[in-house]
Amino acid sequence: MSRADWEVVIGLEIHTQLKTKSKIFSGSSTAFGAEPNVQASAIDLGLPGVLPVVNKEVYKKAITFGLAVGANINRRSVFDRKNYFYPDSPKGYQITQLDLPIVENGQVTVELPSGGTKTINLTRAHLEEDAGKSLHENFHNQTGIDLNRAGTPLLEIVSEPEMFSSEEAVAYARYIHQLVTYLGVSDGEMSQGSLRCDANVSVRPVGTIELGTRTETKNVNSFKFLEQAIEYEIERQIQVLESGQTVRQETRLYDSVKGETRPMRSKETATDYRYFPEPDLLPVEIDDAYIEAIRLEMPELTGAKSDRFVEQYQLSQPDALSLAANIPLADYFEEVVRSGGDAKLANNWVRVELLAQLNKDNVSIENSPVTADQLGTIITKIADNSISGKIAKTVFEALWRGETKSAADYIEEQGLTQVSDSSSLEPLIDRIISENPKQTEQFRAGKTKLMGFFVGQVMKETQGKANPQQVNEILNEKLK
Amino acid sequence: MIHEQSIREILTSLDNKQYSCRELVDHFIARASDADPNLNAFITDTYASARNEADHMDKLRSNGTAPPLAGIPIAHKDIFCTRGVKTTAGSLMLDNFVAPYDATVVEKLSAAGTISIGKTNMDEFAMGSSNENSHYGPVKNPWSEKAVPGGSSGGSAAAVSARLCVAATGTDTGGSIRQPASMCGITGIKPTYGRISRWGMIAYASSLDQAGPMTKSAEDAAILLNVMAGYDEKDSTSANQTVPDYTQSLNQPLKGLKLGFCKEYFGDGLDPKIETAIQTALRQFEAQGAEIVEVSLPSSKHAIPAYYVIAPAEASANLSRYDGVRYGYRCEDPVDLEDLYKRSRSEGLGDEVKQRIMVGSFALSAGYYDAYYKKAQQIRRLIKNDFAQAFEQVDLIIGPTTPSTAFSLGEKTSDPISMYLQDIYTITSNLAGLPAGSFPVGMEAGLPFGLQIIGNYFDEGRILNLAHQFQLESDWHRLTPEATT
Repeated sequence: MSRADWEVVIGLEIHTQLKTKSKIFSGSSTAFGAEPNVQASAIDLGLPGVLPVVNKEVYKKAITFGLAVGANINRRSVFDRKNYFYPDSPKGYQITQLDLPIVENGQVTVELPSGGTKTINLTRAHLEEDAGKSLHENFHNQTGIDLNRAGTPLLEIVSEPEMFSSEEAVAYARYIHQLVTYLGVSDGEMSQGSLRCDANVSVRPVGTIELGTRTETKNVNSFKFLEQAIEYEIERQIQVLESGQTVRQETRLYDSVKGETRPMRSKETATDYRYFPEPDLLPVEIDDAYIEAIRLEMPELTGAKSDRFVEQYQLSQPDALSLAANIPLADYFEEVVRSGGDAKLANNWVRVELLAQLNKDNVSIENSPVTADQLGTIITKIADNSISGKIAKTVFEALWRGETKSAADYIEEQGLTQVSDSSSLEPLIDRIISENPKQTEQFRAGKTKLMGFFVGQVMKETQGKANPQQVNEILNEKLK
Repeated sequence: MIHEQSIREILTSLDNKQYSCRELVDHFIARASDADPNLNAFITDTYASARNEADHMDKLRSNGTAPPLAGIPIAHKDIFCTRGVKTTAGSLMLDNFVAPYDATVVEKLSAAGTISIGKTNMDEFAMGSSNENSHYGPVKNPWSEKAVPGGSSGGSAAAVSARLCVAATGTDTGGSIRQPASMCGITGIKPTYGRISRWGMIAYASSLDQAGPMTKSAEDAAILLNVMAGYDEKDSTSANQTVPDYTQSLNQPLKGLKLGFCKEYFGDGLDPKIETAIQTALRQFEAQGAEIVEVSLPSSKHAIPAYYVIAPAEASANLSRYDGVRYGYRCEDPVDLEDLYKRSRSEGLGDEVKQRIMVGSFALSAGYYDAYYKKAQQIRRLIKNDFAQAFEQVDLIIGPTTPSTAFSLGEKTSDPISMYLQDIYTITSNLAGLPAGSFPVGMEAGLPFGLQIIGNYFDEGRILNLAHQFQLESDWHRLTPEATT
């Protein structure tokens, strides 16, 4: 048998950290990178007598996600305790949602790199708290516990087992990452653990219906590793099965250094979590008005925004999509249009000039030195022929480098406005013609290439401010 | 005698400068210092801070800015976190734990001007009905050295009964305020679940735990409940309902009040003397204008098994945090993580606590959940429904608090079932979340016993009203161990 004889079935559980200022059950900050345990309150430490209180913001984030994937928002959901002992789990249980999650039955359609699309059903998305971290290094052979992350809100997004290749699984994970980032549900910073995948992988002989025994590879935190971990598991399981053995249902870890998965200690996988409803929290009751209010506040989804850009601004489909897929860029673009008018110019300037500068200087759009308003002014001046495209770039660069004057003032003060006034251009052109008799003669004899020479002379005399189109017109007239 | 005075009388005396807060506090400290080496009602005393606070309250009294209960000496059950003061829950596990914050109950009572003279002894993590499960040793019943004070709030009950403080806080998960109140001859009320914040109260069984006052009289209980009750944003299960002035309802006439006589409460196992005393009390209520109506609570018989599934199940999770990692007891030289967990918990927790953790873990485990935990929750619903029907016919339900008077130390320690049956009359109101109080209605062989009043949700006022009306006409609540010996 070979790989072609086996069918792969993959389901993903994606843990995404919700973008909230404070934790899910305490007022502690969720900011990344603080000194160990400075963001751990009495509640996060699990001191005697403390009680959790739900940060309402997490409902909003979960519902926003649910609406974006067309899911059911459960009007009543319940928190449960999942019991297990581990030093980074300060209460000895995790507060999560088992039987009644806040979001159920969604669906997404993702584009595959190799072409075509794939629709994936989401079983559920539930709220839970993150654990802290055990630090095994530099602790004099002891283990340190950092509870800063303990209680960070997570939304666990569970797919149906209906992806059939690592390509589909990675495309799905990327889509979810883009979606939660776009919605502002998560900051999507994967290097900080904001999105972690558990991959459930099984294989079965092609043509069979019953699912093979699956393994769960936990806490994979990059798309590259996800692909590698899944591929490794597929190969491993096929080898196991082809050698006549059976796959053990177990939890595995991906070792990114060795590029392999290996089983976690069996003791951890044999846990009976003894779930039961969390008695310290009342069931979560959500009413329709609350959901509708969130729906109204939701950012326009990528597809809808892209369609609107095509319709409203007559952009090409690919241009519209590339703007729409990036909320702050799309917002910037629309602001430029509002203050500058011409959408086609705005589209080019934002996607080409601005993006190039942002990338070059590694600046986020939110921190662009050139504001949308200023770029709008620049574009207005191009559109009404006040400045040429070339001058516009000079202005843009000056503002980028920290010029503090407004775009309009800068153009005015530097005298960069194009000379379009024929009464001032004509005498100048007359003079240039009379000062260059040889070239004039050659031009009139048919050497029309010399037009560039005359235009250049005019530009030199006007320091580039003459309207090139008008200069051309006058020269053509006078050199006839 | 100062220590026989009610809160109202003390406040008047303080206003009239018959004594100062400092003198008042010193009086009780002297009594406690004298009696407690024998009684063992306190785990930790806070005499030094109490004296300072008393001086401070005297200053506030002299410049007219004193809070309403300025100077009243109380004690807190050692289950309430008190900032800067050791808070043990009666366990070796927390013997080294100094709470960094105050429980809401503690904070509110301090803000009202009460002064805590110490933390009272209790069954470990509130698991027990005799106070014999304390790491700090049993508490003696002030009425008889050989008898238990009841539990788990046995230290608070003994301290109030022996007049070592004016009042004390308690908690009640299956009867832990009412049963010791009955056995020590004092008044105690477990309010509606959610009436008082659980923030800072060390959890035993979260869906059942409720704090309440333990006092000499219903009037004192009303005064303290006024302070303790109220919504707390730090406790999601606390009730967002306005708190009435409980002292206002104390003097309502009983005319027209319908009292439920629950026949299931008066069967086998109840001491006939207690039954007789309750009948006598009922006649008195009738004489005062109340009407007695027979009601039935058929599901009550399932209450104990249901309770001993639900409470241990919740406790098994609530006590997981005591793992030797961050605070509390840690075993010597653990060889690895599992050893750290196993020995810290085996050594740091007592037998009854470990037994309930095991029972609870079992009840929640895969394959048993439906048969135990889920079934127990169904019984809980049946019990609630029983009460809902009964309260369509009556305003309050009357019954015994305990099957007998205080038993002897050591008598039931090897017989857990008999010990668990102590809570047979009290557990139903915890399961239903209803308010219930106990106040003294008689004595037998030198030991007091109480009558229990169960009210509808948030009807604490009516419970206190009935108890107060009884206490206006009787002296059971005025009897003290001192007077009888």
